[in-house]
Amino acid sequence: MNEKLEPALRLKGIVKTFPGVRALDGVDFEVMPGEVHALLGENGAGKSTLMKVLAGMYQPDEGQIIIAGQPVRMTTPIEAKAQGVVLIHQELSLVPEMSAAENIYLGELPLKSFGRVDWTTLYERSNAILERLNCNFRGEVTVVNLSIANQQMVEIARALTVDARVVVFDEPTASLTDAEKVVLFEIINDLKARGVGIVYISHRMDEIFTLSDRITVLRDGSYRGTLTTADTNEDEVTRLMIGRSLDLSRDTATPTLGETVLEVRNLTCAPLYRDISFSVRAGEVVGFYGLVGAGRTEIAETLFGLRSADSGEILIDGEKVQIGSPPDAIALGISLVPENRKEQGLVLSMNCRDNMTLPQVQNLASGPFVSSSAENEIFDKYREKLEIKTPSWRQTVRVLSGGNQQKIVIGKWLSMQPRVLIVDEPTRGIDVGSKSEIHALLRALAAQGYAVIVISSEMPEVLRVSDRIVAMYNGRIMREFTADLVTEDSLVQAISGIKATEVA
Amino acid sequence: MSNLTDITPLRWLMRNPIWGFVLLVFIFFSLMSDHFFDYRNFQNILVQTSTIGLIALGMTLVMINGNIDLSVGATLALAAAFAVDVQSWAMFATWGNWQILPAVCLALLVGLLMGAINGFIVWKTGVDAFIVTLGAMLGIRGLVFVYTGESSFYAMNFAYSDFSALSVGPLPVLAVIFLVCTLIVHLVLSRTVHGRNTYAVGGNREAAVNAGIRVGPHMMVNFMIIGFLAALSGVLLSTQMGAATPNLGRDYELWVITAVVLGGTKLTGGKGDIIGTLGGVLAIGILRNGMNLMQVPAFYVYVILGSILIAVLFLDKRFNRTEDGGLRL
Amino acid sequence: MLLNRLKAGGPAIAKQGILVAFILFMIVFSFMSDRFLTPDNIMSVFRQSAIIGVMALGVTIVVIGGNLDLSVGSMLSFATVLVVDLHDKVGPELAIPIMVLATLCLGAINGFLIGILRLNSLIVTLGMLSAIQGLVLIYSGGQNVDIVDQRGTWFAIFGRGSVLGIAAPIIIFGLLAILFHVIMTTTPFGRKVYAVGGNPTASVFSGIPRSRIVFTTYLISALCVAVAAIILGSRVMGSQNNVGQGYELQVLAAVILGGTSLLGGAGSILKTVLGVLMLAFIQNGLILMGQPYYTQWLVTWVVIIVAVWLDVAAKRGRLFSPIA
Repeated sequence: MNEKLEPALRLKGIVKTFPGVRALDGVDFEVMPGEVHALLGENGAGKSTLMKVLAGMYQPDEGQIIIAGQPVRMTTPIEAKAQGVVLIHQELSLVPEMSAAENIYLGELPLKSFGRVDWTTLYERSNAILERLNCNFRGEVTVVNLSIANQQMVEIARALTVDARVVVFDEPTASLTDAEKVVLFEIINDLKARGVGIVYISHRMDEIFTLSDRITVLRDGSYRGTLTTADTNEDEVTRLMIGRSLDLSRDTATPTLGETVLEVRNLTCAPLYRDISFSVRAGEVVGFYGLVGAGRTEIAETLFGLRSADSGEILIDGEKVQIGSPPDAIALGISLVPENRKEQGLVLSMNCRDNMTLPQVQNLASGPFVSSSAENEIFDKYREKLEIKTPSWRQTVRVLSGGNQQKIVIGKWLSMQPRVLIVDEPTRGIDVGSKSEIHALLRALAAQGYAVIVISSEMPEVLRVSDRIVAMYNGRIMREFTADLVTEDSLVQAISGIKATEVA
Repeated sequence: MSNLTDITPLRWLMRNPIWGFVLLVFIFFSLMSDHFFDYRNFQNILVQTSTIGLIALGMTLVMINGNIDLSVGATLALAAAFAVDVQSWAMFATWGNWQILPAVCLALLVGLLMGAINGFIVWKTGVDAFIVTLGAMLGIRGLVFVYTGESSFYAMNFAYSDFSALSVGPLPVLAVIFLVCTLIVHLVLSRTVHGRNTYAVGGNREAAVNAGIRVGPHMMVNFMIIGFLAALSGVLLSTQMGAATPNLGRDYELWVITAVVLGGTKLTGGKGDIIGTLGGVLAIGILRNGMNLMQVPAFYVYVILGSILIAVLFLDKRFNRTEDGGLRL
Repeated sequence: MLLNRLKAGGPAIAKQGILVAFILFMIVFSFMSDRFLTPDNIMSVFRQSAIIGVMALGVTIVVIGGNLDLSVGSMLSFATVLVVDLHDKVGPELAIPIMVLATLCLGAINGFLIGILRLNSLIVTLGMLSAIQGLVLIYSGGQNVDIVDQRGTWFAIFGRGSVLGIAAPIIIFGLLAILFHVIMTTTPFGRKVYAVGGNPTASVFSGIPRSRIVFTTYLISALCVAVAAIILGSRVMGSQNNVGQGYELQVLAAVILGGTSLLGGAGSILKTVLGVLMLAFIQNGLILMGQPYYTQWLVTWVVIIVAVWLDVAAKRGRLFSPIA
């Protein structure tokens, strides 16, 4: 690497606070021209906030942004773009009914007289960019007709409309197939060769180690260090990320296992998942580990009656059951703590108690009315049990912290006295302290005889809470591990689609 | 949108199903009524369509922009009242036929102003356009009643009411005005930066904001366009009647929205075009005209129209159900 | 300053905005006219607001459930024409149940299309508005209907009767308001309506039958229209075939003024009653002050926008929208 160069972009001592949270606490970061600099950190570590600062969407409270040696202030994404800093969003920010070319030049359409769009120039320029990206479609195509991967290409093409100094990729591979990834990596290498600084944000270690030159790690909003990729290994990075060596030990000794409560045989719902078979016993935590889109959430939704499977059987206590709707699932003692707390778990405009008692509000009636005392009893019980911090049951859940919101959702389902508790991404977007509380809680629940399924994309989490781990890749179960035999390597290989036999 | 050339007629029809419907009702009434397939009747249809059609052009812009305007019927009545009343103001008494000019200009200006007020409120307060224009619908109608003293105005200058009988070549002048406006609005929407940004704001507002598109002014301009077109429509309607009644344009917002939705414009914004809207307007126009010729009481048109609107929504949902991905919610 | 206070106090205070505005209006009007705050005048305002009020109760529940109902206006025409026309044909004891059933059927159609098929409620009820209007015209043959023997029928009690000096429409409106308030605040059904309106996805994830709840809200709305039709038909003893035209918007205006969010999940029956009364008192006050009748609409325009604006501003913590 060219060490004499100025950094393309440099952040010095960036501080950003939100009411009650110090999201970024003196973060330093720099990216050299022609370098791929990976930014790593757990959910909530401050990566997305840092990116938004970079892209001009947030203003830092303290600290400096220096581009090519000059301190700058960027108050809007446009200004950032004018400075040559382009953010490629994780969630596509395209206008579906417009052409790819119009999306590429959104907000900067070339003009002719009377405010007319200069289509010739627009298509010429955008097609030139698309060609450079080796795209097999042209700028005239309407975006809604493109595949997700091609839509992402349009998003990337936007970065090339200006003479970009720095391009920030936020989880760009989340929705791409392997073949599409290869193309993306070529583009990144091409940008790199042309002296553009790349900031690459991802959870996937393998990608980071193949692509990046350096790695910077954030934890809890603060800077934890920068490593040169060539001189480090996954273990060191992980240690920086989670603040300790990967803790493979589980919290409690394995409790005595009961009968098999839930069994699934050859469940298929093409193309989401195929041929899924597993079982869960009372007192056991089964972890489902895999990448986003591996089909884990869809299995949970099927078990909860929100999806119908094409074929296969579900057995509760050894008896075949049909689950046609969530009320069916609830009646069978299945509960689901969904993946997206705010969209699926809570009615944000309602108070804590009403959210918690929502599934059973019909059963709490005395006469035609909901019994307030019965509700309060349930709420108080689980507030105490789960240590939910809220001034009163009247508090709207919207204002609670992520951890407390999640506990309300968990409380909601525990109060239904389920036999099978499915928890999807239990600690997403939750601070570290609450995380370990929730982990302990899940272990404790198993100890009380619940059959628990935990779906997670975070390896430490799965390793910590599970008695058994089911590794999924691309809609199939790759391997099943018991807690004693699992290793990090084998787990990573399983969820990347590498079969056990292929590993030397 | 821009590459219409390489598309076969069949495919084009698939994308604009409303024109298939237009064709269908056209053939139906041609067969069922002796009086339908007649050049004079076609002129009639165009003239009858022009009133709702003009407003529908503006509504297409506003709805693609992600808003809605319920106040158009009231704006139409207010403009009509001004157009007829101002002619007879004492200060223009000696102007002869020229007294029509300031009257019409003022009427159009009033429409522009009403649109600007709606647009400005939506922009600056962030209150939903539905609520803003619902309020305006009541308020402007109230203004009409207060201004007219709840009575009708009659045009004293016969040149005014003769205007609607004029023709430009083979076409009645009202039809010509409508078609010219259609062309202009189509060009604005499909060719200008304002038009394209209108799609962007309605299709993905956050992306538009991030791309530096100024959302507010675009919305305001579109509200002004619809205000202007509603006023124009009111002026033309009053020339046809030679009068302006305070109840003019009642329920027009419903007809207009029906026409625009039939034409394929999405309520949620970001999708639609003038070609579809023209189809929607013509479908309603032909339906009303044809049923009238067949001496079906006008009431049935309401029932049929309502049913068609709901059917279109249902079919649209059936064929475009992609978002839920099989999840039963 | 005010805004900061509003924000600090949270939505609780912001939601009382309508009450504050209401009291302000009452004070201003009572200074402007001696007759404004007399018992007679207040009673007459209450009586006049009953029809819009009863309809607004139903629409409030629909809106809390996350939908709109624009069809109530022509549904009112339908129900009133039907009950008045049948009154002389089959007698009131049959006319009323037949009308109620027919109106519920229309509500069920709304509920089916919106609740079960999940079609957009704005467009569906817009279509129903048109279709039902046509239905009324077909049924009545374009004629207005009336009751011949206006004195000899007990049907008169709903619109013209009174108990202990309180007019029947007021009693009906008051009882229904209390009933629906209790339903919405204390029963499982009410809770579910708020949940479905607040977050339909989370409701389904909590095992709530979303379709059935939405369907029921439209039945309730239709029932309210039927009751309003009884009051109206009984008071007028006849009906024009477009009597309900434009009511949907006045009803919606009252609901919005009462602070019920069009996004669903928030709102209250009692606030709607306040919204209805406020509109009625504005109308009455302006007339007492010698203003033309339709000035009230102008004032309503301003009041609605300011009310919703303040509500929105309090939620986002700044007066003007941040959009460029």
